[in-house]
Amino acid sequence: MKLNVYDRTLRAAIYVLLVLLSFLTFYPFWNSLVISFNTGSDTSLGGVTFWPREFTLENYRIVFQEDAIFQAYLITILRTAAGTVLSMFFTALFAYGLSKRGIVFKKFYMILCVITMYFSGGLIPYFVLVYQMKLYDTFAFLVIHGMISVYNMIIFRTFFAELPDGLEESARIDGCSNYGVFFRIVLPVSGPVVATLSLFTAVGLWNDWFTPAVFINDPNLIPLQTMLVQIINAGTTATLVSNLNSYAQSMVQNTVTVKALQMATMMVATLPILLVYPFLQKYFVKGALVGSLKE
Amino acid sequence: MKTARSTRIPGAAVHAPKRAEQREPGVWQRFAQQWDYQSMILPSILFLIIFSYIPMWGVLLAFKEYDLFAGFAASPWVGTLHFRMFFESPEFWLIMRNTICISLLKLAVGFPAPIVLALMLNEVANMAFKRVVQTITYIPHFISWVVVSGLVFSMLAVDGGAVNGLLLQLSLIDRPVNWLSVPEYFWAILVSAGVWKEIGFGSIVYLAAIAGIDPALYEAASLDGASRFKQIFLITIPSIAPVIIIFLILGVGNILHAGFEDILLLTQNLNNGILMPYAEVIDTYVYQMGIINQRYSYATATGLFKSVISVLLLLIANYTARKLGKASLW
Repeated sequence: MKLNVYDRTLRAAIYVLLVLLSFLTFYPFWNSLVISFNTGSDTSLGGVTFWPREFTLENYRIVFQEDAIFQAYLITILRTAAGTVLSMFFTALFAYGLSKRGIVFKKFYMILCVITMYFSGGLIPYFVLVYQMKLYDTFAFLVIHGMISVYNMIIFRTFFAELPDGLEESARIDGCSNYGVFFRIVLPVSGPVVATLSLFTAVGLWNDWFTPAVFINDPNLIPLQTMLVQIINAGTTATLVSNLNSYAQSMVQNTVTVKALQMATMMVATLPILLVYPFLQKYFVKGALVGSLKE
Repeated sequence: MKTARSTRIPGAAVHAPKRAEQREPGVWQRFAQQWDYQSMILPSILFLIIFSYIPMWGVLLAFKEYDLFAGFAASPWVGTLHFRMFFESPEFWLIMRNTICISLLKLAVGFPAPIVLALMLNEVANMAFKRVVQTITYIPHFISWVVVSGLVFSMLAVDGGAVNGLLLQLSLIDRPVNWLSVPEYFWAILVSAGVWKEIGFGSIVYLAAIAGIDPALYEAASLDGASRFKQIFLITIPSIAPVIIIFLILGVGNILHAGFEDILLLTQNLNNGILMPYAEVIDTYVYQMGIINQRYSYATATGLFKSVISVLLLLIANYTARKLGKASLW
């Protein structure tokens, strides 16, 4: 295709803008990474931009040495793993049941589901319910909070409804029960959908700091993101220093600052997502489309 | 093409019974026959009833004076007292202004931004370049607001923050500005952070819509001598208009949802008291009153007020869009 002057100018402008946008998106991550590898006392002098000036692993050593952070990391991993598996299991089973034709009360079930997408009691009635059910301050609540996602159910159901009948029929002839068909035939062929929805669910659980902030009081049950809020929140630095032993010691040695610790913890909290991201990208683009076009 | 299904579900209504005199089984009989499938459905339905429907019934708290220890039933009714208290409270107009202004700003900037990005990406002929830009711009969507707020604080820091550093280098300012402690800057920071986080991911849908446009339209236009710029406005944008409108409707329905996580986290740094006149919105107010101050009934009333207005706005927006004859959610 031949381009005239205007088109070429337009194209050049677009390339420049996109490079700029990519830089603006990427730089804050890079800068934080650099700061996390730089001596805290040196960073506070300013001017650390693209490379560490005084390279150190001290910030990370503290993060990994600190029992409270380690415990928070463990809780985050356990919550994400258990929550994702349970949510996928029940949501997929739910969707499979609803994808069958001739199910009694099917319409009623669907109406019940859709209403929850537009109305909710809000934060306070939910809080009161959780409190009265004695789920406040329990790990179980962190796992089951938001376990059934109607949105994911609809995506699953659409997928299941399009599976060829012959697939299940042949399994049934071979003597599979309905549950057997689901676990041994349907679930294995649903790989891409399960992968996409698991990714979204897992990222959601990994990143969720608010639910624990409201519903968890026990410091041993606080996940990393919630702890990170406390670390970033400068107002609580005094408490932080008294809580984190090795951190307090390093403050005395005057090489580690609050900011250095913040950046290192941020990187630790984000790293797992950045690591799985490239492998899952091809799935989530498709998944995002399934999700949004349904709206 | 949908073909008739041959798989017969136990208990499904069978319209061609083997023997003509066989009666169709009753509802509960069929329910029992398809117990396998019903048992897959019922645990989730039970879950939704407990965790979604009981709290809905719980909005009645708004009309009671709730005592967490006395329980729901024992708390006395107080009618619309909490609603009147909210409307007459000195914060009411401030909160409404912040909620609506922040929302409108987010809609005005955050809504077109992914569309513009998608249009720009569509003009990129180099596939490798396009993929790199997409990969980078998608990332922030997967990062928690906690980390994003940390990045914002770090970039805007007075001591060694990149923004102040750059502006000092360019001599646009003569000493570092403490961006986050100036209430007037808060809206701009909030909206920019939101755009930064979601622009890439938001563009996916529009890129998909653009991919569905018939290439013949572009060929015809370029034969007629339309520049790429003109083609964007005369072909690309009109072609993806239905998708744009659907997302706009959803956006309007959310106008009272100015944000919650982002505001809470961005004000949490040092001076949230200073930022309050610009940062307090309905959702943060509900959180503050309900969870922090434990005024459960008052906070529920405030939240209910928000939900009712939101649903009305969604209905109005959808009705308007349907009248315009373009697209509608229902």
